[in-house]
Amino acid sequence: MPSLDDLKKRISSVKSTQKITKAMKMVAAAKLRRAQENAEKGRPYSEKMNNIILNLSNGVSDKESAPQLLIGNGEEKIHLCVVLTSDRGLCGGFNTNIIKKAKMYFQKILNENKTLKIITVGSKGYDQLKRAYKENIIENISFKESKNTNYFDADKVGKIIIEKFEKKEFDVCAIFYNQFKNVITQIPQEQQIIPLKNSETKESVSSTSDGDSYEFEPEEDEILGNLLPKNISTQIFKAMLENSASEQGSRMTAMDNATRNAGEMVDKLTIQYNRSRQAAITKELIEIISGAESL
Amino acid sequence: MSEEYKLEIINPEESFLIKEDVIEVVVPAFEGEMGILKDHISIISFLKPGIIKVITKSSEEKYYLEDGIVEFKDNNLSILTSFVVKTSEFEKSRLNNLLEEAEKEIKNTEINDQKKYLIDQKIEVLKSLSIN
Repeated sequence: MPSLDDLKKRISSVKSTQKITKAMKMVAAAKLRRAQENAEKGRPYSEKMNNIILNLSNGVSDKESAPQLLIGNGEEKIHLCVVLTSDRGLCGGFNTNIIKKAKMYFQKILNENKTLKIITVGSKGYDQLKRAYKENIIENISFKESKNTNYFDADKVGKIIIEKFEKKEFDVCAIFYNQFKNVITQIPQEQQIIPLKNSETKESVSSTSDGDSYEFEPEEDEILGNLLPKNISTQIFKAMLENSASEQGSRMTAMDNATRNAGEMVDKLTIQYNRSRQAAITKELIEIISGAESL
Repeated sequence: MSEEYKLEIINPEESFLIKEDVIEVVVPAFEGEMGILKDHISIISFLKPGIIKVITKSSEEKYYLEDGIVEFKDNNLSILTSFVVKTSEFEKSRLNNLLEEAEKEIKNTEINDQKKYLIDQKIEVLKSLSIN
């Protein structure tokens, strides 16, 4: 049985923890609104980009000569995985969910005896992966300094990826991030960006084949060659935006829970404190009464 | 019949501009300036650094952009660009910065002709802007 003093100390310590988590929740909520707005604003760009590329790739008559970024280089021995995580912790299962998803994919690749290369974006992902996959991680990028997600950062990552692809350092590239659905739900996503594999491609081929042709200027190939590298950056930017909204959402829920739990704990401890105080008083009373009786 | 169609200018961060009532848009396409009126054939094209002119019934606005893709389809014109700014709101210091950067870049002898051509264009446009 802890003494009254101990209980008092614990109550005040839990209360100050609660204050911190509450503040973090508020900050996350404010940031979430902005991040969500940004994510929603950024969606049209990547959607349009995707649409244009779809239309273009349908228009490419000669599949053989299509750019490698679109169709791949015919092999799939070396996989590059770009794992996008946050730079800060205390955001619930946010990072762990991405890592879990990524690890499953890693295992699958390693089981097929393929080479695995990893680029981590964000320090938390690196921290979690370095223990198990130290020799697979080829690069760790972190944007701790930049306050908001911006296109410039995404472009940097995109350029690194393209450079490596041109040097033939990998054949297939996939990115991992959390898609923001709502504050409570974030879905870890795996998306293959090189070669561009789109689940919608097959459906749209049939739907757009009804003579919906475009005029191109310059030629399709040239446009595609120019557009695909941009698309990579765009996809990464989209992932980063979704990620930052998810991070804040996840943090908000986590901190909300923490605040509630702290509240419960304070209640419990207060009851315990009151009881033991009452017990002490009763004990003293009994002592006094029985002392008086014996006289 | 109205002569108006819809224009959207989108950059990665947001939908920069949405206008429902444009009559003509002049874009700096890769192979020369191109004016787009209503019921233009579906087209996809690249932009080089330059000025977009947006003409509506009542006004004429100009925007500077660095690169981009235009898609015109079903009387919807979408312009995707990484950097766009209204010329009248273009800050002098920003403009000079870009100009300086571009001039530095063009001295780099390793870049190919196409890139050189693009940067040349950029410098030209930026210079003409800084005079006004």
